[in-house]
Amino acid sequence: MTRSTAGERLAIDARELVKTYKGGVQAVRGVSLRIPEGTVFGLLGPNGAGKSTIVRMLTTLSSPTGGGASVAGFDIVRQQRQVRRAIGCVAQNSGVDVQATGRENLLLQGRVYGMRGAELDRRVDELLLRFGLGEVGKRFVKTYSGGMKRKLDVALGLVHAPRVLFLDEPTTGLDPEARSEMWEQIRELAWDQGLTILLTTHYLEEADQLARNLAIVDQGQIVTEGTPDELKAQLQGDAVTLELAGGTDTDTAKSVALEHDLLSDVAVDGLTLRGRSPDGAGAVPALLAALESAEVTVASVTVARPSLDDVYLRYTGRSFTAAEQAAAQATEEKK
Amino acid sequence: MTFLADTWYMTGRAFRAFLRQPMYVAFTLIQPMIWLLLFGQLFKSVTEIPGFGASNYETYLVPSIVVMSGFFGAGWGGMAILDDLTRGVLDRFLISPVSRSSLILGRLVVQVLSIVIQAIIILLFGAAVGASYHHLVLGVLVLMVATNLLATSIGALSYGLALLVRREESIIAASNFILLPLQFMSTGFMALVLMPHWMQDITRYNPVNWTLVAGRGALGASPDWGPIFENLGYLAVLMVICAWVSTRAFRSYQRSM
Repeated sequence: MTRSTAGERLAIDARELVKTYKGGVQAVRGVSLRIPEGTVFGLLGPNGAGKSTIVRMLTTLSSPTGGGASVAGFDIVRQQRQVRRAIGCVAQNSGVDVQATGRENLLLQGRVYGMRGAELDRRVDELLLRFGLGEVGKRFVKTYSGGMKRKLDVALGLVHAPRVLFLDEPTTGLDPEARSEMWEQIRELAWDQGLTILLTTHYLEEADQLARNLAIVDQGQIVTEGTPDELKAQLQGDAVTLELAGGTDTDTAKSVALEHDLLSDVAVDGLTLRGRSPDGAGAVPALLAALESAEVTVASVTVARPSLDDVYLRYTGRSFTAAEQAAAQATEEKK
Repeated sequence: MTFLADTWYMTGRAFRAFLRQPMYVAFTLIQPMIWLLLFGQLFKSVTEIPGFGASNYETYLVPSIVVMSGFFGAGWGGMAILDDLTRGVLDRFLISPVSRSSLILGRLVVQVLSIVIQAIIILLFGAAVGASYHHLVLGVLVLMVATNLLATSIGALSYGLALLVRREESIIAASNFILLPLQFMSTGFMALVLMPHWMQDITRYNPVNWTLVAGRGALGASPDWGPIFENLGYLAVLMVICAWVSTRAFRSYQRSM
C-alpha cells in the first residue's frame, strides 16, 4: 500500500486519471487523488462534472484511457479481481433487484463474494437491523420507499465488509428526513468502523457535513482541494450584501465602500452591492455610517460566513446553481 | 469452481424472477395451445392438397409450435437484461468479482428450463387433439435439443442487441421484423414442395427450418438421420457464432462505460 508524505497509508492513490470516450468527449482530464485510510473524502461538483466517471474507473467498471490508480493497495487495471474484493460501491443509479426481497438481494450479493451459510445469514440479519429494514426484509423491494431502497443499496455495498466504500450521490432524490438519516449512517460507518469512504455529491452542505477532505471537480478536473474549513478560509472573510433603496446612486455606494477600506471585492448587481470583509459584523456599523453621510439609503444588510458555494464560484467563475442548470440543459439537448 | 457456483446462484435469481410473474408463466404455457388450436383449425384443409405429404395436420403442426414458442420467447430475452442494465443491477454485479459469463449463462439455463416445460405441455396437448409421434424418446430429445440450440442463438443475439442499442423499442421491432418472417418462410405451416420456388431457396438458409427438419424428422415415422444430424450441426455452429457476437457486445458495453 502506498503512503502519503505524512506517512499515512493511502486507501486510494490516483495519478493523472484520464477518460476520453469514443467521439472525443473528455469526461475526466487528469485527476489525481490521495485519500488516506479511514477518512471520508468528498468529490464535489455539479452533474456532468465527471465525478461518476472517476468512481467508475476506481471501481474497475470502466478502464482509464490515461493515468493509473491503486485502490486498497491494488492496481485498478492489472489487479481488478483484488480491487473488486476489497471495495464496496453504491452507484448513483440504484442497483437493487426490485423483483426480489431485500433479504434475497443481500444473500445473493454475499454469495457473489463467496460468503456462505450461517456466517452470511448473520451478516444479512445484522445489516437489515442496522439499516432499519428488519421488518421489511422479507418484502419485495418494489414495495419499498425511495429512502428504504437507498438504505438497501448501502447495505448491499457493505455485505462483504469492504475496506473502501464508494458512495456515488448517496442522497440524491431523498427527502430531507431520509437524507439526514443517511448522513448519520455514513458518519457511523466512517467513525466507528474506520472505513475509507469516497463520497461524490452535488450538495454543498453534504460535503461540508461529512467529508474530512474534499476536492471540487469541474469539467473533468480538480479545481481545488482541502478541508472544508481550509477552502472557506481561502476566501478571506465574510460576504456582506447590501440592498440599496430604489433611486440610489450605486456607484457612489461602491466608491464609499472601497474608499474607507471597509469592503474588498466589491461588485454591484442592480441595487445589490456585494463585498467581503475579514470581520463582517464588525464592519457593518462603520459602513452604514459612511454610506449615510454620503446620502446613500440602505434597505437591508446581510452578513454571511463563507460557504462552499462561494468557494465554487471563486474557482470556477460560475455559481453552483448556474453550473447545475447548464448541465441539466446539456443533457436535455443530448436527448 | 466459482464459475459454477456463480452460474447456479444467477440461475436461481432468474428462475425466481420468472416464477414471480404468474401472468407471464400462464401466457408462456397457454399461448402455444392457442396457436395449436388456431393454426390447426385454420390450415386443416392443406393436407388435402396433393403433394402435401402428411395426412394429419396436428402431427405436422406440433413440432412447429414447439419451435416457434421457443425461439419467440428467446427473442424477448434481451428485455430482462435491459431491465437489469437500466436499473443498475448489471453494473452492481460487474463491480463485484462475479464470473462474467454466469450473468448470461444463468439466464440461458432458465430459458432452457422454460422451453422444456413448454414443449412437454405442447406435446401432451397435441396428443390430446390427435397428433401422433413415433420414436418418442429419441424424437422428443432431438426436437428439444434442436429447439434449444435455436433459442439459445436467438437469445444470445437478443442480449447482445439489448447491450448495444439499450432501447426496448429496438428489441420489440427487431423481434417482430426478423422472427415472424423466419417462421413463415419455413416449413412450419406449409410443406416445402407447395411453397413458391424463391421461398424454397430461402428455407435452406433459414435456421428455423433447420430446427424443423431435425425435430419434425426425428418424430416422424421413418426418420432420415443424415439430414437430421446435418441440420443439428448447422444449429450448433450458429449457436457458437451467436454466443461470440453476444460476448463482443458485452465487451463493447463495458468499453462504453
